[in-house]
Amino acid sequence: MQNTPLPRDRAFRKPELVCPAGSLRALQLAVDAGADAVYLGLRNATNARNFAGLNFTDAQVREGVAYAHARGRQVLMALNTFVRADEPEPWYRAVDSAVALGADALIVADTAVMAHAVRHHPQLRLHLSVQASATTYEAIAFYREHYGIQRAVLPRVLTLSQVGHVLRHAEVDIEVFGFGSLCVMVEGRCALSSYATGQSPNNAGVCSPAGAVRWRDTAGGVEVRLNDVLIDRFAADEPRGYPTLCKGRFEVNGRRDYALEEPTSLNTLALLPELMRMGVSAIKIEGRQRSPAYVQQVTRVWRQAIDAAAAAPDRFSVQPAWTAALGLLAEGQQHTLGAYDRPWR
Amino acid sequence: MPSNDRSFTLTVGPVLTYWPRRTLVQFYAQVAESAAGTVVLGEVVCSRRHEMKPDDWLALARDLSSAGKEVVLATQALLESEADLRALRRIAAQGEFLVEAGDASALHVLVQAGVPHVLGPHINVYSHAALQEHARLGAVRWVAPVELPLASLARVNPPGGPITTEAWAFGRLPLSFSARCFTARHHRLAKDQCDFRCLEDPDGLLLSTDDGQPFLALNGIQTLSAGQQCLIRERAALQAAGVSRLRLSPVSQGFGDVVASFDRVMNQGADAEDALAALRALALPGGLVDGYAHQRPGLEWSAA
Repeated sequence: MQNTPLPRDRAFRKPELVCPAGSLRALQLAVDAGADAVYLGLRNATNARNFAGLNFTDAQVREGVAYAHARGRQVLMALNTFVRADEPEPWYRAVDSAVALGADALIVADTAVMAHAVRHHPQLRLHLSVQASATTYEAIAFYREHYGIQRAVLPRVLTLSQVGHVLRHAEVDIEVFGFGSLCVMVEGRCALSSYATGQSPNNAGVCSPAGAVRWRDTAGGVEVRLNDVLIDRFAADEPRGYPTLCKGRFEVNGRRDYALEEPTSLNTLALLPELMRMGVSAIKIEGRQRSPAYVQQVTRVWRQAIDAAAAAPDRFSVQPAWTAALGLLAEGQQHTLGAYDRPWR
Repeated sequence: MPSNDRSFTLTVGPVLTYWPRRTLVQFYAQVAESAAGTVVLGEVVCSRRHEMKPDDWLALARDLSSAGKEVVLATQALLESEADLRALRRIAAQGEFLVEAGDASALHVLVQAGVPHVLGPHINVYSHAALQEHARLGAVRWVAPVELPLASLARVNPPGGPITTEAWAFGRLPLSFSARCFTARHHRLAKDQCDFRCLEDPDGLLLSTDDGQPFLALNGIQTLSAGQQCLIRERAALQAAGVSRLRLSPVSQGFGDVVASFDRVMNQGADAEDALAALRALALPGGLVDGYAHQRPGLEWSAA
C-alpha cells in the first residue's frame, strides 16, 4: 500500500482570475475588466448551466476565443455534465468542437468525456471540474494518472487547512472558488433537484430548473413551489430569492427554518493572501447565469484585489469599496467564507 | 425453486444512519438468518461516528461470512482529511473482502493496489463509455446512481457483460452530501461538538415542507429522501434492465419483513401487489416512492 506522499511546498504565486461568461457580451466585459481566463459552455446539456437564453453557439465561441486571444487571455470550455446513456454524441462533439474552435482547456467531470479527449485530442489541456467532486489529493491523482488532468477545481466543502493539505500533496494546479453562489452540497453528487423535479446538475445540467418554478399569491403570503414541492413562503414585505431547493425554508421537529442553507454568497476576498501563499493557481468566480454587468463589476473588484495582494501580501486589506460593490451584487446581500471558515463547521 | 435458479441476489446496503452498537449487532444477527446473499458493511457517512471500530467491522464481516453471506466493505462517500484517507487505505489493504468504492479517492487507492472493486452509488457512471473505463480498471460490480431510470441501466451496462448491475430497490435514497452537519445545525451545535445527536434518529431526522409534506430526512452530513424507494413491482423491468442484484437499504423497523417480501416476489414468484400491501402495512416512515425508476421526479409514486 502506498503511504502518504511526501508533501511539497508550492511557491507563492499570483493566481489567475477565472471569470464566468454566459454570453459573448459577458466574455468581452470580463476580458476588458481584467479576467485572465473566461469559462463558457455550449447551448445544450453538456454543461452545468444549461439555462434558456444562456451560453454560446459555435460561432460565438470562435468570436470569443479570438477576442480573448487577441488580448492575451484564455478561454476554458465547461463540458462538465455526464454523458447521457441514450444520447452520448453531443458530449463527444463538444470535445471536438472545443479543439476546433481554439479553446485553451476543457473543464471536465465525466471519465467518458476524459477518455474521448485523451484518445482523440491528446494535446488538449484538461481541467477537472468541481462536478467531479474530487475532495482529496488521492481523488485528484486518479484523474491525473488515468486522464492526464492538469488542474483540479476544488469543491466548496473544504476548509482552508484542508485546501492547504490538498495543495501540499496534489501534483496538479489547484483552482478554488472565490466568489458567487454557494453550493452547500458537494457538487456533482447532489440529486435533491431531480428528487423534486426530475432534473439535476448531473442528468440535465440544471438545479431547481426555472421550468419547474411556480409562484402563487395566497392569503398566507407568496408561495413558491418546485414541481409540487413547497420550497418557501414569503410575507408581503420579505425579499424573494430564486427558489433553489437547498435554500428553502422547511420544518424540522416543529421548527420552520432554513434547514439546509441560508441564501448567502461565498466571498473569499479576505483570504486572498493566504490562498496565494498556499500556491493556489487560479481563483474562480461563479455565475455564468448572471448578467454581463454583474460579471464586469465582480471581475473589476477581483482584478484589483489580486493585484494588490500580489504586490504586497503582508499589507493586504479588503477595501471597503470592494466589499460595498460586491455586497450590492450578492445573493441575499450577505457574504460568508463558506467552508473555508472553521466556525461554519 | 432451487437456490441456483434465483433471479436476483439481495444485497443489504450499509446502515446509513447512526445506530448504537448493540442495535447494529442485533440487526446483523437477523440479517445473517435472512434471504440476503450479500451484506455491505461500514460507516459511509460520517468519520466522527465511532460505535463500531474498524476491527469491529472486520469481526462482524467474518461472522457474516461464516454464516454464508458475501461481505463487501464500503468506504466513506465524502473524504476530507488525512485521517479519512488512512481509514480508506486500511479498508483497501485488508485483502479478505471485496471493497465498494465511495468516491474517486477510493478508486485511486484500489486501482493502484490492483484490487477488484464495486462501484458504489456515488461514483458518477451515467454511460456505457464511463462504465467501460471503470471495467478496464478493475470494477466488477456497478451500483447505479439512484437518479438513473431503469430504462438507462441496460444502455450503461448491456446484460451479459463482465460487470453485474445492482439497483437501489428499497430504502431512503441518499441524495446529497455536505461539509455541514445538518443534524448538528438543527440542534444548534457545532459539527465537531455535535454530541452525536444523530443517534436519536434511527432513520434520519424528518424534514417537511411548510404545508406538512414529508420531503427529506437529515442524516448528519447526508440528506436522504423522506420516501422509501420501493421497486417491488418492477421485477420484469429490472430483469429487462439487466439488473441481477437488488440493494435493500436498512430501516430501523420491519427490515426483516422487507427482505423476506423482496425474496418472495423477486425469487419465488409471489404476487407483488400482495407484498406491496404488506410493506405498506409496516407503516415505514416517509411512505413509498419509485419515480426515478420511471424517469420521473424521484418523490413520485407511479400508479399501478
